[in-house]
Amino acid sequence: MTTSELQFDAPADPVVDGPVLQVEDLHVSFPSESGRVRAVRGLSYHVSPGEVLGIVGESGSGKSVSSLAVMGLLPSSARITGSIKFQGRELIGQNDAELSKIRGRRVSMVFQDPLSALTPVFTVGDQIAEAILVHRKVSKQAAAKRAVELLDLVGIPNAVERAKAFPHEFSGGMRQRAVIAMAIANDPDLIIADEPTTALDVTVQAQVLQLLETAQEVTGAGIVIITHDLGVVAGFADRLMVMYAGRAVEKGKVDEIYQQPRMPYTLGLLGSIPRLDVSEKQALVPIKGQPPSLTDLPDGCPFAPRCPMVVDACHTAEPPLMDVDGSAEHAAACIRTNEIAATDAEGAEAAVEIFGAEVAAEPEVAKIPREQRDIVLGLDNLVKEYPINKGVVFKRRVGTVHAVAGITFDIREGETLGLVGESGCGKTTTLMEILNLQKPMGGEISVLGTKSSEVDAKRRFAIRRDMSVVFQDPMASLDPRLTINDCIAEPMQVHGYTKDEINRRVPELMRLVGLRPEQLSRYPGEFSGGQRQRIGIARALALEPKLVVLDEPVSALDVSIQAGVINLLEELKSKLGLAYLFVAHDLSVVRHIADRVAVMYLGKIIEIGEVDSVFEAPRHPYTQALLSAIPIPDPVKERQRERILLTGDLPSPANPPSGCRFRTRCFLHASLPPEKQRQCIEVEPPRETQAPDHEAACHFAQIRQVL
Amino acid sequence: MTVILNEGDAAGTTGAASGGPVDAAPEPGKAMTRGRLVFIRFMRNKLALVGLVVILGMYLMAFVGPLLSKWSYDTQDYSAFLEPPYSEHIFGTDKIGTDMFALTMRGLQKSLIIGLLVALISTTVAAIVGAAAGYFLGVADKTLMWVVDLLLVLPSFLIIAILSPWFRGKSWFLLVLMLAAFQWMITARIVRGMTLTLKEREFVKAAKFMGQPARKIIAKHIVPNMASLLIIDATINVGSAVLAETGLSYFGFGVQSPDVSLGTLIGGNAESATTFPWLFLFPAGFLVVFVLAVNWVGDGLRDALDPTSTRVRRKEKKDTKEKAA
Repeated sequence: MTTSELQFDAPADPVVDGPVLQVEDLHVSFPSESGRVRAVRGLSYHVSPGEVLGIVGESGSGKSVSSLAVMGLLPSSARITGSIKFQGRELIGQNDAELSKIRGRRVSMVFQDPLSALTPVFTVGDQIAEAILVHRKVSKQAAAKRAVELLDLVGIPNAVERAKAFPHEFSGGMRQRAVIAMAIANDPDLIIADEPTTALDVTVQAQVLQLLETAQEVTGAGIVIITHDLGVVAGFADRLMVMYAGRAVEKGKVDEIYQQPRMPYTLGLLGSIPRLDVSEKQALVPIKGQPPSLTDLPDGCPFAPRCPMVVDACHTAEPPLMDVDGSAEHAAACIRTNEIAATDAEGAEAAVEIFGAEVAAEPEVAKIPREQRDIVLGLDNLVKEYPINKGVVFKRRVGTVHAVAGITFDIREGETLGLVGESGCGKTTTLMEILNLQKPMGGEISVLGTKSSEVDAKRRFAIRRDMSVVFQDPMASLDPRLTINDCIAEPMQVHGYTKDEINRRVPELMRLVGLRPEQLSRYPGEFSGGQRQRIGIARALALEPKLVVLDEPVSALDVSIQAGVINLLEELKSKLGLAYLFVAHDLSVVRHIADRVAVMYLGKIIEIGEVDSVFEAPRHPYTQALLSAIPIPDPVKERQRERILLTGDLPSPANPPSGCRFRTRCFLHASLPPEKQRQCIEVEPPRETQAPDHEAACHFAQIRQVL
Repeated sequence: MTVILNEGDAAGTTGAASGGPVDAAPEPGKAMTRGRLVFIRFMRNKLALVGLVVILGMYLMAFVGPLLSKWSYDTQDYSAFLEPPYSEHIFGTDKIGTDMFALTMRGLQKSLIIGLLVALISTTVAAIVGAAAGYFLGVADKTLMWVVDLLLVLPSFLIIAILSPWFRGKSWFLLVLMLAAFQWMITARIVRGMTLTLKEREFVKAAKFMGQPARKIIAKHIVPNMASLLIIDATINVGSAVLAETGLSYFGFGVQSPDVSLGTLIGGNAESATTFPWLFLFPAGFLVVFVLAVNWVGDGLRDALDPTSTRVRRKEKKDTKEKAA
């Protein structure tokens, strides 16, 4: 392939000396019903060429607004003051036409949702070519050729063909690659990535981060990566800035911030992340309360109402960003940094000490050996298939989606089983089959010993009492038109509780999940995400179930809030002796909360077992890849880790590969001699016991440590 | 246990949505059900209360008014043709000497009932049919939507014209049913579409998985979440039902002379609007006030039912401020 005339500049020829981006005292505010929202209040930072700056904070901390201000993409109602200098040129006050010359050419952006970042009616190749044509005088052919090269560069196989595809024909990861290809098309000097991996699966997340690194190498650009997940930036960023209520509260080199955080908020953030690499039960630190309203901020430190170290002096004035530990690079906005520095513990441990979190006790029932406990939920070779139909008038079946292809597991009393896998692997289908309690297409579901294929409507209704569900999205899982009281009372009304019983039990449930009964006559819309999830949990517990099915209960929440909900779930489990089926894609959360874990791939369980055994000695190559893709919030460890990158995306469940379903993406398979590969292609590996309570489905299973 | 009490405690009044608590509950600590809360929120809306009072007042006037007047809608005063309002005939008289007040009140009696009932019936049918079709899908959906499409393509006036000899002389309630029967289809289609999206929401699934039967899910979760649409639809239907009834009168069906309704009065006297304005303005004025009042009540009901409505909240903030002062 001959390369086109458009090339990247050599990375080592800086156009201008000094930082690419210099933001000084940036203020952004919006008008609103209840007064001016001061989204960014005096933010200063700089990015040097080739440097990666991570901006971290909860939602609503102003991190996205500040970067949109740099791009000049804020609505005209926003009031922006301060200075944004790009390569020495002031951007504030420039009109849209002038900014357009810079946008896409010198500064480019990678958005969170790759589906909405691409126009659905143009092919991916055309869209990338368009990005080039806007800024450079080249022929259409040259631009199209360049688009293919870029797609190839970002690792899209068969780029010539795929350039002609439309965005909906790409998977999420591929779309994000295409967006990155577009971002680097004009060899920018600054790339702003706004939560580039939040909408993606973990395995794809690892690929995209790797790709951003590559992009940075070829373009030599400075990168600003915005995220709420401290794990993501640990191995990638050079410097970190933590934002809270529109201001930077701590900034410094990545290692310093992770090891010696000096602002209680950073401490809390670090302490709230469950760690993949910690086997003993660690206490998670929830940061109480919510970020302050940006319309009327209190005097003094905005974090003071949520801070465990608050003293009277905190309420008098907002602390400025001050250098700490005598380092010119590391600064924190707290008046008690010295006291934090004086604690011996480091990072997350210091957070546990300062925030005073504790580990929930083991449930009583867990002391009985597993084999002697009752089986709460048993799945035996469960199968669920969907027909693919074609034709409008006469529907004919042209194929079958094998969503769940025979899975077997059981959950015993007082136990948590984590069910993990990429999206599209059949987790949700499995859940829905369990919750529907209908006769399955194949196999058997039994709840508390009752088989779902044999129950009648009456018995099914009775089983619903013992099994309840908590959904992923706390916004959607509560009826916005019902008061909290009605929401929590609904299951009891359905199951014929008397009014008195309900009136007594509802406030009790509110207290159980850590909410105040006085708030009962409010609507769900007035609560924050974390509180709503608590209400969802209260509703699930209303009938005193034996089994709670949790469908990604914390993935829609901010990290600091997530910690609180996880703690609550653990506490409830030990108090009430519940069994959980915990579906998640976040393996660190699963490691923290689950007793056993089952890994699903394309409708099959490929590895199942006791959680420590699976995480520390994974046997299946897919589990190994999955684990290695999860970032660890520890820069030192993260940089030393070897990443197993899976090639490509999940194959279509309508047409799964023969033999072992994972073989098309398997690194182990690729390294095998041909005669052994034959076995993978022809024979489907059975689930075999590898260790006590640890099974894996691989012909060539071997332990590989990836943490 | 220190861990679990934090979030809820700090939450207090600063909910996720900006603004204060929606309800200053009269009995703090006692949880309220939806019905009670909606009632309180409705009562707080002054305009809606005014609307309600106006509607009730009009009913009272329509039924009590004729008793107080010495003229009747079917008798004529041969000494006063086309007289503008004066002490004897407070609304004037028409060209054959009928008292306009008696006519308007007689028309109001008919139209109040027709308007409200038609709107109520057609919106209810639309909600039930649409929600059932959308929720159950399959055969139910096919059948119901077939009926909807059939009624939409059939020219309604033609059918009524064919059927009218058979209906002649039967009760006014048949007229209401007929009018309602041709007004619900488009709303039913919209409702079906909204149900399809609502059905996939997790709170509907949650209700299903806790064992709530389908009809209760529709009544408790699906229909209330479309309340705004249904209320707006019903208020619009009130006005259009009154006018549609005029059209039916042309077919010798519906309200027949010498009996009158607001619709026939407006229709018949429209050409006199500029020359003898009292013939047109009084019936038209009553219709406008009636529809306006229905709209106010509808708005109030919608705001009371809608937890995100800012109007109630703003009002309520003012209320609490006043109380504090």
